[in-house]
Amino acid sequence: MEQRDFTVASFNKFLGEKRLMGSKCKKCGSLHLPPRPLCPHCHEAVMEWTELSGKGKLVAYTAISVAPTVMVNQGLGKNNPYCSGVVELAEGPKICARVLGVDTRNPERIEVGTPVKLEVLERAEGQEKVFTLAFKA
Amino acid sequence: MAKTGKLGRGVALVGAGVSKFGSFKDKTSRDLYVEAFLDMKASVDKGFDPRDIQTIYVGCFSGDLFESQGHLAPIVTDWVGLVPRPATRVEDACASGGVALRQGVLAIASGLYDVALVSGVEKMTNLPTERVTDTLAAASDVLYEASAGFTFPGLYAAIATAHMAKYGTKVEHFMQVGIKNHNNGALNPKGQFNRSIKDIMLARQKKCQDQGQPVPDYKSEMDFLKDAAANPVVAWPMRLFDCSPITDGAACALLVAEDIARSFTDRPLYIIGSGQASDYALHGRPDITCIKASQIASKEAYQMAGVTPKDIQLAEVHDCFTIAEIVATEDLGFFAPGVGPKAVAEGVTARDGAKPINTSGGLKSKGHPVGASGVAQAVEIFKQLRGEAGPRQVPNKNLRLGLTHNVGATGGTSVIHVYERR
Ligand SMILES: [Zn+2]
Repeated sequence: MEQRDFTVASFNKFLGEKRLMGSKCKKCGSLHLPPRPLCPHCHEAVMEWTELSGKGKLVAYTAISVAPTVMVNQGLGKNNPYCSGVVELAEGPKICARVLGVDTRNPERIEVGTPVKLEVLERAEGQEKVFTLAFKA
Repeated sequence: MAKTGKLGRGVALVGAGVSKFGSFKDKTSRDLYVEAFLDMKASVDKGFDPRDIQTIYVGCFSGDLFESQGHLAPIVTDWVGLVPRPATRVEDACASGGVALRQGVLAIASGLYDVALVSGVEKMTNLPTERVTDTLAAASDVLYEASAGFTFPGLYAAIATAHMAKYGTKVEHFMQVGIKNHNNGALNPKGQFNRSIKDIMLARQKKCQDQGQPVPDYKSEMDFLKDAAANPVVAWPMRLFDCSPITDGAACALLVAEDIARSFTDRPLYIIGSGQASDYALHGRPDITCIKASQIASKEAYQMAGVTPKDIQLAEVHDCFTIAEIVATEDLGFFAPGVGPKAVAEGVTARDGAKPINTSGGLKSKGHPVGASGVAQAVEIFKQLRGEAGPRQVPNKNLRLGLTHNVGATGGTSVIHVYERR
């Protein structure tokens, strides 16, 4: 595989390719999502990229009505709440992501434990394409 | 691993004061700071010469974004007449004040200084709510939390849903925290709200009546809090009255070496325990229903102080959101994990309960000028342990041991102090 630095830029580039990539420590074997260059367990910097299945479950969530500017600009927030959550991947690590396919107007019906699947969001910001990690219930 | 720490020498708290908390269009950070400094100065029983202050720590989260003013420490130091003393700004998000306090404790315990001014300030109301939301979100992991759309209330809301799923916690428990803290805050003239939820509810009904609109039929505060028009959702399950407000305010406290404390007052308090810890972003934590940094920091502080959670008679905890207070009372070991909701429901944490929490009104009602909050908590403990809290004084207890718990963002930082009156 093409050598990419273990940075958020690489992580997002992979997202653009619809792939959820973490880093795996070649010394101790621990898996890191999001990817990072230095292993917090053995303090070595010998990582390799590894692809996650994209299958997981929701372990915490919220439906947000008072939104930051970037979400308001996408028409989300006050009258159109959106869901953000923490997803635990089948491989073990957890990650924060947008959560799609849930009833954000009746958030009390969203359930912790709901199985979810990777679905990358794509939007244009000027000339740039921006990719956001999301999962669909 | 490092051995359990202890302070190199004793540290006393001999003065503490706050500015009025609220929304003050015509006041800047430095004005609020002067107000807090004067309030602190007036609280030192035997008086003192401000020139005896040797070093200044200033908790401030983001003067940069809130006021377009960075490098605030030398400015406020100038405004209280203390240039050229070393002035250090401390930034650990909402724990900035508590960490500034800890820096003062360490500075005196080290023997380098005998008199330290510890303080915090934040001027938040210049910006519209959306930009305040953006600024507070900067205290999260911007690349991996905020990027998922998480706001600051949203992250605590996620902790709330995890707590609900694991322990059966209900939205009513969150509302009970708000009602309790507003009842306390109604007795705090320096607080932002200074009104109970019941008073706010009655005012809303009266306003509807005066404007000839249908008057909502609330049977209790709970009905009012469940009315989406009166208490809209911010980030479900956190509604408006689950969130601390946007606040301008400052707080100052005077720390001195134990051996000179009596020249400032015959009633000093002693800071006998101090602990601080860090933690991962929310997704990096094995358990999202607690804040591990608070567990570790409090254990360190208890060990240093030689006390147990049972010994603590009252605490100011970081209730930036109502769920945060419930989690805090569990992390501090006051209640077992999952029992925090029951404790608030049964009145255990009320001002006249067995374990009074946030007698000042907490961040929820008193207000949360982020950089100042950690120091303002110490101000409340100072007043309560000395029996000077007026109508909100904890009744019928010979108060001797208090605690403050100050959290940065969702627990990336937690800082705890234990205070003793001898
Ligand atoms: Zn490793």
